[in-house]
Amino acid sequence: MTMQNIGRPTRPEGPNGGDTAAEGFASLTGGRGLLQDEPLIFELGGWAKTGVDLPAAAEDASDLAGLTRENVALPGLSEPEAMRHYVRLSQKNHAIDLALYPLGSCTMKHNPRLNEKAARMAGFADLHPLAPVATAQGALELMDRLTHWLKTLTGMPAVALTPKAGAHGELCGLLCIKAAHEAAGQGHRRTVLVPTSAHGTNPATAAFVGYAVQEIAQTDDGRVDLADLESKLGPDVAAIMVTNPNTCGLFERDVIEIARLTHAAGAYFYCDGANFNAIVGRVRPGDLGVDAMHINLHKTFSTPHGGGGPGAGPVVLSAALAAFAPAPWVVSGPDGLTLVEEAVHEAASAFGRMSAFQGQMGMFVRAYAYMRSHGADGLRQVAEDAVLNANYIKARLSDVMTPAFPDGPCMHEALFDDAWLDGTGVTTLDFAKAMIDEGFHPMTMYFPLVVHGAMLIEPTETESKRELDRFCEALRALAATAKLGDLERFKGAPHLAPLRRLDETLAARKPKLTWKSDVALA
Amino acid sequence: MRYLPLTPDDRAEMLAVIGAPDVDALFADVPAAARKADLFDLPLHAGELEVERELEQLSAMSRPAGAGPFFCGAGAYKHHVPATVDHVIQRSEFLTSYTPYQPEIAQGTLQVLFEFQTQVAALTGLDVANASMYDGSTACAEAVMMAQRVTRREKAILSGGLHPHYAATTQTIAHAEGMEIVRQKAAIDAEAAVIDAIDAETACVVVQTPNVFGVVTDVTKIAEAAHAAGALLIVVTTEAVSFGLLKSPGEMGADIAVAEGQSIGNSLNYGGPYVGLFAVREKLVRNMPGRLCGETVDADGRRGYVLTLSTREQHIRREKATSNICTNSGLCALAFTIHMTLLGGIGLTQLARINHAKARELKAAVQAAGLEVLTPRFFNEIAVRVKGSAAQLVDDLLGHGIVAGVPYSRLDPHAGLDDVLLLCATETTTSEDIAALKSALTRKAA
Repeated sequence: MTMQNIGRPTRPEGPNGGDTAAEGFASLTGGRGLLQDEPLIFELGGWAKTGVDLPAAAEDASDLAGLTRENVALPGLSEPEAMRHYVRLSQKNHAIDLALYPLGSCTMKHNPRLNEKAARMAGFADLHPLAPVATAQGALELMDRLTHWLKTLTGMPAVALTPKAGAHGELCGLLCIKAAHEAAGQGHRRTVLVPTSAHGTNPATAAFVGYAVQEIAQTDDGRVDLADLESKLGPDVAAIMVTNPNTCGLFERDVIEIARLTHAAGAYFYCDGANFNAIVGRVRPGDLGVDAMHINLHKTFSTPHGGGGPGAGPVVLSAALAAFAPAPWVVSGPDGLTLVEEAVHEAASAFGRMSAFQGQMGMFVRAYAYMRSHGADGLRQVAEDAVLNANYIKARLSDVMTPAFPDGPCMHEALFDDAWLDGTGVTTLDFAKAMIDEGFHPMTMYFPLVVHGAMLIEPTETESKRELDRFCEALRALAATAKLGDLERFKGAPHLAPLRRLDETLAARKPKLTWKSDVALA
Repeated sequence: MRYLPLTPDDRAEMLAVIGAPDVDALFADVPAAARKADLFDLPLHAGELEVERELEQLSAMSRPAGAGPFFCGAGAYKHHVPATVDHVIQRSEFLTSYTPYQPEIAQGTLQVLFEFQTQVAALTGLDVANASMYDGSTACAEAVMMAQRVTRREKAILSGGLHPHYAATTQTIAHAEGMEIVRQKAAIDAEAAVIDAIDAETACVVVQTPNVFGVVTDVTKIAEAAHAAGALLIVVTTEAVSFGLLKSPGEMGADIAVAEGQSIGNSLNYGGPYVGLFAVREKLVRNMPGRLCGETVDADGRRGYVLTLSTREQHIRREKATSNICTNSGLCALAFTIHMTLLGGIGLTQLARINHAKARELKAAVQAAGLEVLTPRFFNEIAVRVKGSAAQLVDDLLGHGIVAGVPYSRLDPHAGLDDVLLLCATETTTSEDIAALKSALTRKAA
């Protein structure tokens, strides 16, 4: 998921972004207690250093005369220095292991360490992607079991495992749809319909594949406008891309009708599965008429976000699309499991290949360990608790903030607009930055675009009631302060983070994207 | 259930605050026909011990690369990764954080990305690198599409020495975007044929060095020919350790360098997750795909880092974005950066020399066993011609406990190179491994 910059000032206000003198105490050497002021590795003087003990190599590379470089101008650090450098940096990050991380549509849930342990087992981690399949039976078996779980949980007959992230999965799904249309003589279909509230990746992916993107209007209660959809579904439409539950945190009540209309018009239903966590174990997308849906293993199935990846985005496919899935995939043969790696013979209709090798195996192991731990019963409880937690937050904050869709329950995330900030001088961004001072990561801001000053809060099921209460109390206190006119608390926020507001305008105007030496390096 | 903190009492209390009779009421918007009353037909929850046992059993069903003599490369490489790397990437603050969209509380991730970008730029000999891509193959496809944006031309020429998976990925993705992809015939020294194919419609030429057959090529002449025709040169590297010894893509005139970074800091993982490296010349930066981290200052004038130039990206530009990419490969990039920091330039060069020396030892051994070595200039991989089918030979040697490499036919069954075997040696290959291979090959030939 993404954050929006729209409507959001990107440089701190005022010459000093707020009165910092009032915050008083500064150390003499630049750090802040345990938060060390840590330079870049290029400033630590390790130009003649290495932290790895290697045997002396045979110096002879004479067979490569004229093809070699003089040196690699990069510094090294000894092991203790490297450890300290990166541990110091780590302490400047917020993390789900520290506190609630309420980024709507991102599903920041607890990442079980059993998953990490399993992914590091030698039979998965130390397995070469082109090792003879006879030596990779355990990995193929795991992929086969994962496939079974994903198919069962979604009610869909096929899975393409290889996409490496959600957006990569969207691409895979649309390429299946395109191939299916072409195979049916429908290659002239050039339009994809996307609701205004969609993730940015949806229109970006459709455009990438060469489709024209047309927006579908939204009703006042935050759902797809059926009449508008019906009016736009013509012989030119290849697919619709709808997120369900949608990015307003609402279930598309008319989803079955949406699917029926789409299919009647000869188009396919792509579902963005980013919010699958709300319905896992309770609702099968296959029963809703979905033709293709990516599943972010890093959301619903707890693989770590890792500061921005790696993700994994397997795509479940309906029977109509299954034959077009990209290579490779696992099949059962006389000598055990094997891989179909080429689009030939029985796989001739596969549309191609999404990447080298078999996909994000390390993420498959983690996701499978998570599924097995929860089981059918636990996963159902995951969806229930995720939805319960979001509704609890909505209920606890509705008297001080304005829910965008007050009527009826939300699903796994609670969406507020900024109407309640009217007249306070505080913006959504200010409020979010002030949350940092209270020890929380901000919620998703200014997304979805259909709600003014949107604040999208997704707690996930792995938060205790105590943490939810702590979070609600913090937001209530901040809301009360905003309404009392304590502008400085907000405009200068964050005051207590490792850094204060950063100048994004400067960064973009004069991009400095690598470290460069002030002096010529030897 | 150990991952779920709510107790039944909590749930009841919370439902009361919400004003809902039960949790089913919260799912009221789901059409009745789609609400599953029963549990799905899957096993029930399991304890940590039970799950760990199942996964250990699955793990034990495969043979890890480290279990014996092992000579596979061809896009993924077995290297030793210092223990420090895996420790640091498992720190909560790195492992369990999101994309650094709130820079005030993500300086750890951001500074690492800035260091990563600087390291990748130095290794590739180019000005600017992004904060990583999914892997080398998708980075290759993105580079080709970037060339289309820069040149406003549609044709990409892929050398016959490009890894067939990279070619197939590029063909799938860039073709979907409307480009014409010309794949040249697979050949050991395929680079020689590239120059003749360049014409006025060519957006880019994609050349891999060391190529999939292990051949190291100075691509300077190809760069000159491409530039003379107004096309870009994209240089692909699948073995990042080779940057320690070989001329960099930038030095040879590449406009874009893409690489698989797995070799530095990352395990084999049966194919993923890996980390794609992507570097360009300064003037091309605004056409780059993926995330970029840049330096700036905070409200107090202190140096800090942010994600920048995001107006290229999908969350701002939507259907007009340079790419649909949303994630990078953050944690793998972190592993790369830490390993690279431990190595330093000196260590990487040393590591590269060791790899090359091992490959020379391997070459001598297979030659002594009577096989024809096809790769004239190599880094740590060679292609050899075997008698009969390379796939059959790999099967046979597996019977002797040796994983003898990758049959080229596995990557591309249509090339007519069924007798070509790709072998790789790294610092993890021992002289005993090489002796075992030699002896098995000799016995087979006898």
